[in-house]
Amino acid sequence: MVKEMVTQISIFIPNRPNQLAKVTGILMKEKVNIRALTVSETSDYGILRMIVSDPDKAQKVLQSSFLVDQTDVIACALKDSPGGLHEIATILGENGVNIEYLYAFVGKANQAILILRVENKMRSKAIDVLEAKKIKIFDPEEIYSL
Amino acid sequence: MPRAQLQDLQLRRFKELAKRCYTKVKHYKNKFTDMKITPDDIKTLDDVKKFPITVKTDLRDNYPFGLFAEPMENIVRIHASSGTTGKPTVVGYTKHDIDDVWTETMARSLVCAGAWRGDVIQNAYGYGLFTGGLGIHFGSERIGAAVIPISGGNTERQMMLFQDFGSTVLTATPSFAAYLAEMLKQQKIDRKLIKLHTGVFGAEFWTEKMREKLESAFGEVNATGKFNAIDIYGLSEIQGPGVSNECIYKMGNHIWEDHFMPEIIDPKSNERAAPGESGELVFSTLTKEGIPLIRFTTKDITSLNYEKCQCGRTHVRHAKITGRSDDMMKIKGINVFPSQIEYVLMKIPGIAEHYEIIVERDILDKIKVRVELTPKTFSDSMAELENLKKTIEKELYTTLQINAAVELVAPNTIPRSIGKAKRVIDMRKEV
Repeated sequence: MVKEMVTQISIFIPNRPNQLAKVTGILMKEKVNIRALTVSETSDYGILRMIVSDPDKAQKVLQSSFLVDQTDVIACALKDSPGGLHEIATILGENGVNIEYLYAFVGKANQAILILRVENKMRSKAIDVLEAKKIKIFDPEEIYSL
Repeated sequence: MPRAQLQDLQLRRFKELAKRCYTKVKHYKNKFTDMKITPDDIKTLDDVKKFPITVKTDLRDNYPFGLFAEPMENIVRIHASSGTTGKPTVVGYTKHDIDDVWTETMARSLVCAGAWRGDVIQNAYGYGLFTGGLGIHFGSERIGAAVIPISGGNTERQMMLFQDFGSTVLTATPSFAAYLAEMLKQQKIDRKLIKLHTGVFGAEFWTEKMREKLESAFGEVNATGKFNAIDIYGLSEIQGPGVSNECIYKMGNHIWEDHFMPEIIDPKSNERAAPGESGELVFSTLTKEGIPLIRFTTKDITSLNYEKCQCGRTHVRHAKITGRSDDMMKIKGINVFPSQIEYVLMKIPGIAEHYEIIVERDILDKIKVRVELTPKTFSDSMAELENLKKTIEKELYTTLQINAAVELVAPNTIPRSIGKAKRVIDMRKEV
């Protein structure tokens, strides 16, 4: 069975004061909760990537003011001990899966969660090889409702 | 030459020019026929105003060689400058055009600026399709000066040759010259080694303020403490540099009007402006064979002064160019039209029709193009966005031949205006 993916929201943010506040203001008003986020930036702009409680609603309320894109990502459990990330990186590396970017956050009961973005065509393979090594892959609903 | 004699010469030569155009160039034959005129209608210089105006798009419409009056057997050189869209404006020269017109007027220009045999001319204009480098080059040889064909850029080597070759004259765009002066100062080069006494600067608009700045900047780093910054003017359609040049009194550029007959017209009506009034500068290339042009409008705004100059020359002077009647920009000496940029952007899918051009000068000219993304072009992948940016930059370079930086911006960030969009923000103030 093909596992359902976690949907991440990506937003184009001009590199100017008050742009982030505009995004967070809209989400607050619409009662969308941010679970995790990361920002990649160039000198001119940044891409804000977020895992939120309701990605479709977030897209709907943001897209009139911002460029918004949805991307499928993998959420997996990360051991909170030395070598935790190394284990996952090694599994993916040995199986020829290239990581485009990743970020981590801490969920309930001090459970560390890793968000992984890999090439679309490598997604099922990534999940298979991780699960084969007993790495927990989260269902989208588990992540949204943390 | 007394003006009366000069005017006789101009009249004779204009008659020949009109005949040459009518018999050898289809474009002019058709124009003359439409306007019901023939070369015989020119009796006095006042009759010149009956003849058609030629514009840059006439060259483009006849791309590449349609306005040439001579077969390729008689053409010895081809130059090109950027046109208003993707296609360049092409000009051709016969041996006569090179030897007796361009090199001759270029030699006059250099002498007028104060250069002579014994001078070492460091020629930092670009060599290539651009007319600047080769124009200055042949004029320098004609006056018996030693020319260093270093071309543009290459700052470190420019610095070295100033010292080692003892260059006395620098020919460059004013913005590149300002940069070189700044570098001489920064590198604390022994000023006893710097023999530069004159700069012949052009291919860009520059102001009296810029002259003061350049003269004091070079005066601070050279042996004598004195420096003359002289304006040279030209455009490839007419020939390239050396259409007019300032003398050492710096009271306007002397036009070599035995070859290039000037007029000032009102840009709106195309009617001749009253004497002394400012308007568009128009030239008829009295002696050229390769691509003879009747009343070619430069779109440069200036006025003419027919008074005899302190230097003794009777050739008419034009005031410093104060602007343009169209939207052409000069960036690093290169002509750039917003329409060229638009042409490039519109070829790239997924780009909004809104864009903005920002021109800055922090010593050197810089151009930045702000482009709006669309939902179609936005993706989570930064690599894709950076690729899009690089693609646009590369396409702009191919068309413009200068590096323009592209900034990707969010939709609705570029101000919308009612009517004619204001697409260019030129921040090069009084420098």
